[in-house]
Amino acid sequence: MSIFLSIIKKESLHLVRDPRTVLIVLCMPVILLLLFGFAISTEVNNMDVGIVTDSHTQEVRDIISRISCNPYFTLKGMMTQQEIEPALRDGVVDAVLVLRESSGQLEHQVVADASNPNNAQIYASYLEGAMSGNAQEPAVGTTLYNPQLKSSYNFVPGIMGMIFILICAMMTSVSIVREKESGTMNLLLVSPIKPRTIILGKLIPYFILSLLILALMLAFSYTLLGIPFSVTALNTVWVSVLYIVMSLAIGLLISTVSKTQFTALVISGVLCIFPVTMLSGMLFPVSNMPVILQWISCAVPARWYIDAMRTLMIQQLDIMYVIDDVVILAAITVFVIVAAILRFSRNK
Amino acid sequence: MGNAIEIDNISKRYGKIKALDKVSFSVPEGMLYGLIGPDGAGKSTLYNILTTLQRPDSGKATVAGHDVIKGRKKIRTEVGYMPERFSLYPDLTVKENLEFFASLFGVQVSENYDMIAPVMTQLEKFPNRRASALSGGMKQKLALGCALIHRPKVLLLDEPTTGVDAISRSEFWTMLRSLKESGITILVSTSYMDEAALCEEVALIYNGKIVENGTPSELTAHLGENLYNASADQMYPLLEAVRELPGVLNSYTFGATLHLVTDATFDVASACDKLSASGLDNVKVYLAKGNIEDLFIRFCNIEDHE
Amino acid sequence: MNEKPVIEVRGLTKCFGSFTAVDNISFDVSKGEIFGFLGANGAGKTTAMKMLCGLSFPTSGTGSVAGFDINTEPEQIKRHIGYMSQKFSLYETMTVDENLRLFASIYGIPAKEARLRMDRLYRQLGMESMRRSLVRSIPTGWKQKLAFSAATIHNPAVVFLDEPTGGVDPLTRRKFWELIYRSASEGTTLFVTTHYLDEAEYCNRVSIMVDGRIEALDSPAALKARYGAETMDEVFRKVAVAKDTDKNQQGY
Repeated sequence: MSIFLSIIKKESLHLVRDPRTVLIVLCMPVILLLLFGFAISTEVNNMDVGIVTDSHTQEVRDIISRISCNPYFTLKGMMTQQEIEPALRDGVVDAVLVLRESSGQLEHQVVADASNPNNAQIYASYLEGAMSGNAQEPAVGTTLYNPQLKSSYNFVPGIMGMIFILICAMMTSVSIVREKESGTMNLLLVSPIKPRTIILGKLIPYFILSLLILALMLAFSYTLLGIPFSVTALNTVWVSVLYIVMSLAIGLLISTVSKTQFTALVISGVLCIFPVTMLSGMLFPVSNMPVILQWISCAVPARWYIDAMRTLMIQQLDIMYVIDDVVILAAITVFVIVAAILRFSRNK
Repeated sequence: MGNAIEIDNISKRYGKIKALDKVSFSVPEGMLYGLIGPDGAGKSTLYNILTTLQRPDSGKATVAGHDVIKGRKKIRTEVGYMPERFSLYPDLTVKENLEFFASLFGVQVSENYDMIAPVMTQLEKFPNRRASALSGGMKQKLALGCALIHRPKVLLLDEPTTGVDAISRSEFWTMLRSLKESGITILVSTSYMDEAALCEEVALIYNGKIVENGTPSELTAHLGENLYNASADQMYPLLEAVRELPGVLNSYTFGATLHLVTDATFDVASACDKLSASGLDNVKVYLAKGNIEDLFIRFCNIEDHE
Repeated sequence: MNEKPVIEVRGLTKCFGSFTAVDNISFDVSKGEIFGFLGANGAGKTTAMKMLCGLSFPTSGTGSVAGFDINTEPEQIKRHIGYMSQKFSLYETMTVDENLRLFASIYGIPAKEARLRMDRLYRQLGMESMRRSLVRSIPTGWKQKLAFSAATIHNPAVVFLDEPTGGVDPLTRRKFWELIYRSASEGTTLFVTTHYLDEAEYCNRVSIMVDGRIEALDSPAALKARYGAETMDEVFRKVAVAKDTDKNQQGY
């Protein structure tokens, strides 16, 4: 058996001997997918609306009847200007539509409960939609690709972006640092084996584990979550593999700067999870961020990955449409790998 | 016969701390050589340099005829290393650990089994037990087996007996002696001074310096002069009392007695009288045979006064 | 001595599943005694010590430490004992002062009283100049003295020392034992485990544990006479080896 194979075998044995961790690693993505796919929803279905108006033209009556017929709204009734605030405060209504006649023109204003800004945005756009009148559906302009605005679609790429960083970066860095801590790394280094063989041998089992998770998540997305399947699914695999390689390199980089498993855990937690959830567009659209954060988000690989995956999975466009994302991701990958290798050999 | 290990004026600093300060000594081929010193004396740093894990700031060293900087690749195939802490994979079995370390050097466990057989006599019975479930002494034996599996010419053992009970320790030393008989050169470090007597030659290291080296009997030969045992029924009061005696330079506990380091003016009879007169019962003062520990205490005292 | 023993143990037993770690041990330790607690790795020393420190309950048997019952008053025991181990003793990233103040406050010593005791300690040990130094920056010998001081700042009746001198140079080791002697001469009881068998000679009495049982218990001189041995090392071998060989057959 070659040295390389025996390192891989040893590393796999570590995984096999720790079935609890492997189980968590395999179950977590599935649970997250199910949670975001079914339980947690950012869609707004039952919106309580109040209306304030002093004019009683046909136009106003049409608007009121449209709102009261629309299944997305529950009309809580007419109210006066003074009642708006108490009604919003007490949660009687989620938003109030104010209609006013001004020099023959009908003007409108939406007062929404913005304690959840995301929801407030949705309330406003629903009402705007209802105002324009021609649609029964409170469509926000026209939405292609995800006409029901299903949030689960949106979250699948986000969750994948998070999971791979979590598993690859955290698990590889901890496993390398564990060997440093226990002193076995020194034994490996004083043997004739080359450092790059050690590292590659350590990374491969985690790479395979990540591929397993990728398969699991894609299978779930295309079946249970009902994301439409097409040939472009193959492209999601390639882009994900690139992202997995990058995540492994980040794990390696973290291992070169940490002395203890605890440090490795904290660094991968703070450096990976935080930006990935906050700055990648997974939860909050990048375009809504302050400019400075938008700039910072450019350095977050997950941003490009999630963007590409949304295009590939939901829009099902060709890989050429996300070529910029892929190129940037590849550039970051090369950068991280080079940095990790440089640091690893300097540490010797 | 040549020297298996040659260390010439090696120095190493970590920031302000001098870990090694112009260390020089050599270990002839086939010798069981002891590096004796307390924690923090610089033993592990020296091992890191000899195993090519760290480079010295200055000085030269060769192991098995290869320079520790230029010949590092060759050293790695010819040296067996056992680090200070238990450094095997606790979640792998006895057999898996052995096989893994054999494969690192491109050898089969079976082809070199004769080499490790004496170490493995007890471990053989449970090849499928995980290393984490072994007793302290057994772990040390397995680690030794893993360090030997590629038939190294030189064995570098860094504090193999720390934290191991007295019985496992003496078993371990018996094993080292039989390995030495098979021709391997062994450099073993320890903080147990009594283990010095089990080595053919020793170097005493303290504060990064080699304070003395030679055979244990050579080193302790001249200690007998001006070294006395003192005992009484009340030991702590005795210790306080002997420090007031004229001619006593140093006094410290030593097993069941006290050791007194004296100058030429010290007189046993008058010392006994004085001690008895101060209310101590069963006072005895007689010449002592010094060992490495006495020697070491002497050096510690000199160093600490500087 | 007619005083009641400070540690009194009768038929103490601790089982983990089918494995008996401590098997029916009984002994007394009197006030001001230095009691050596020896045994090979895995002989049950740590388990026994944990029960005496109120950290774990015995499966059966009774005992009292510093006048408190180990079965019913473990919290009281913890208040009246000190504990020091080579593995952990002080917070390296805190200063000498901060460490002692912390241990004083853990044991509920009022700040004023703590101040007095610390001043006295620094004077006794001659380490006034170090009180604002970080613990990690002071030499091993001082660290040990300090760790001992921290373990005894609340004037405990019994101090448990778990391998307090591992890896320490012979001079520091001896200076540490002088500290132990002084403490004993002031009436503190010391319960010590060690791998250095020459240190066993410094104890008033020594017990040797093998496979969970106390196989020998007496003064070093009496033990050496009984086993016809020159040193405690020899005694230990004679007591422990016979029992140990069959244990090695199982590898634990």
